[in-house]
Amino acid sequence: MSQQEIDQLVDQDYKYGFVTDIESDTLPPGLNEDVIREISTRKGEPEWLLEWRLEAYAKWLTMTPPDWAHVDYPPIDFQSISYFSAPKKQGDGPQSLDEVDPALIDTYNKLGIPLEEQKMLAGVAVDAVFDSVSVVTTFKEKLHEAGVVFCPLSEAVHSHPELVKKFLGAVIPQNDNYYAALNSAVFSDGSFVYIPKGVRCPMELSTYFRINQQNTGQFERTLIVAEEGSYVSYLEGCTAPQRDENQLHAAVVELVAETDAEIKYSTVQNWFAGDDDGKGGIYNFVTKRGECRGDRSKISWTQLETGSAITWKYPSCVLIGADSVGEFYSVAVAGKKQQADTGTKMIHIGPRTRSTIISKGISTARGQNAYRGLVKVLPGAVDARNFTQCDSLLIGDQCGAHTFPYVEAEEPSAQLEHEATTSKVSDDQLFYLRTRGMTEEDALNMVVNGFCKEVFQKLPMEFAVEAEALLGITLEGAVG
Amino acid sequence: MLSIQNLHARVGDKPILKGINLEIKTGEIHAIMGPNGSGKSTLSSVLAGRDDYEVTDGEVIYQGQNLLELEPEERAWAGVFLSFQYPVEIPGVKNIYLLKAAVNAVREHRGQPELKAGEFLKLVREKLKVMQMDEAFLHRNVNEGFSGGEKKRNEILQMQLLEPTLALLDETDSGLDVDALRIVGEGINRMRSPDRSVLLVTHYQRLLDVVKPDFVHVLAQGEIKLSGDHTLAQRLEREGYEGIEAA
Repeated sequence: MSQQEIDQLVDQDYKYGFVTDIESDTLPPGLNEDVIREISTRKGEPEWLLEWRLEAYAKWLTMTPPDWAHVDYPPIDFQSISYFSAPKKQGDGPQSLDEVDPALIDTYNKLGIPLEEQKMLAGVAVDAVFDSVSVVTTFKEKLHEAGVVFCPLSEAVHSHPELVKKFLGAVIPQNDNYYAALNSAVFSDGSFVYIPKGVRCPMELSTYFRINQQNTGQFERTLIVAEEGSYVSYLEGCTAPQRDENQLHAAVVELVAETDAEIKYSTVQNWFAGDDDGKGGIYNFVTKRGECRGDRSKISWTQLETGSAITWKYPSCVLIGADSVGEFYSVAVAGKKQQADTGTKMIHIGPRTRSTIISKGISTARGQNAYRGLVKVLPGAVDARNFTQCDSLLIGDQCGAHTFPYVEAEEPSAQLEHEATTSKVSDDQLFYLRTRGMTEEDALNMVVNGFCKEVFQKLPMEFAVEAEALLGITLEGAVG
Repeated sequence: MLSIQNLHARVGDKPILKGINLEIKTGEIHAIMGPNGSGKSTLSSVLAGRDDYEVTDGEVIYQGQNLLELEPEERAWAGVFLSFQYPVEIPGVKNIYLLKAAVNAVREHRGQPELKAGEFLKLVREKLKVMQMDEAFLHRNVNEGFSGGEKKRNEILQMQLLEPTLALLDETDSGLDVDALRIVGEGINRMRSPDRSVLLVTHYQRLLDVVKPDFVHVLAQGEIKLSGDHTLAQRLEREGYEGIEAA
């Protein structure tokens, strides 16, 4: 494949680059205590939550942004960002899809977001986040019957205050890191999921995040609690319209799995990656962590990361319960001038805890892709086991792949395995497939999808299909 | 079917083919023999469209078209098939997935309807039987961990499925034991048809005992030095290439 052909990859226009014209209720840029009070007031929050935000803000002021990641960007001016934006409502908010602003529905349709009837019949409940406020929640009744709570976090604050109070920040403390602290101070909204004891959630839960207001940082906060013996599969998909200015996204996701509970968290991320020079892309600084608190509990993170100018993200598992299991399956694509520094942390605390890390990094154009992972085994995590596999695939000769595996084993009975490979999509592979009648683009897709297969097969079926399609779109124009 | 005139090709600055002339009529099997480094594999690669080689002179007319102007996939759609000397591994891609994609890509460009999963499975099972291959073979990754013989059988299996008009078989006999050689040879014989031509590139005569060519050409130093019928292959087997290279 020639450099010219590769360059065509980066010339692809972002397919979802449009802006919906909806009047927004947006706070002016800037951050101080008054802004936090205003956010809290607008959301009608109880006093304790405001205090919690202010506490986080005070901690954030004493912290500095992390500089250890293999990414490069100019300093962010946090005073130039607006910290709250909500679509204007008519009356008390929609009771059904009919009441939702048609422009909004149209936006979702353009994105292919399945809010329509047929999709609901397919059994997907959708809690759609448009900018900072949840506007539509479907399938609530069915979930309600099962005893599952699935609602915007802002709603849960009122409907289930004791649960929110108990678990908010329980896995990721306010001062865990710079961006988690910022999120704790200004978080806008997100999803709250609570699966009671012994309940298997009757459907896949999905949320679609979007960033639509210019200059509006998004600070989603998601909390999922799976009680003893319960199961939930949660899907998260993201895409955003094209913008000239960098947009900051600093989300926090906390998962808690009690005894014998299982949480499967899947992400397909397709935010605007910026232009050829990385201008205008999303900065995606996310903190995701799950605690396997109970014995035999399990948390799986599966992700496909194709977007963002910068990705800084390490979905992690803290394996506390005996025999608990953590998994991380990831495909990260860095093209254009994208920078991805992503990986996971597996912290083994309980005996016989097991973790699996499968990371697939794809670099094209001038993309820089780094895997950064930590496997830590604390004393007492007897017979803990980890298997790590990091594979990098390079397309073209201006991109880069980097691997930073960290291992800290303090338990002599632990068994850790690490495998890493770096390969290029070879001209031989492309030529072979082309002589079999495939276009160069189809040939590339086949090679890349083969490379990602181990991860894609961990995604829920319909997401796997989307993931392959998204990968196809991302690599479109890379050849021919 | 195929007319090669004064074909010159090089890699970098190094000329490999120095004026090849060859006429292949519909239904004929031609064998190209020659010592290592004579340009045999280059010839089949150039005909299939590999861009590592630069054609510096001459032309190739295939069914009235200028073959050298076509992309590799366009050549496949037009009925050209290359069996690789070293089939390429595609990790993570199941063999059946490639086979089906290949068959349907070619069918689409021939104006034939796409084969459904069931129809395709029926067809592929039939061909597997011919090649004496186990069905488990379909679910392994393309050429990954295949033995040399399995790779070559897989190539001929693909040829059977794609039903090319012009088959270029590059050293298909190398790496095969006696039994595999017979199976592969019979697989090729089954493809013999008045509508199909085959260009068989080989170093040894042994495959030609099973697949009897209509013509044998000896390629040396980038040129066809000698042409004859199938008895030429036997003569080469006895006398070696040395005499011809000197000529």
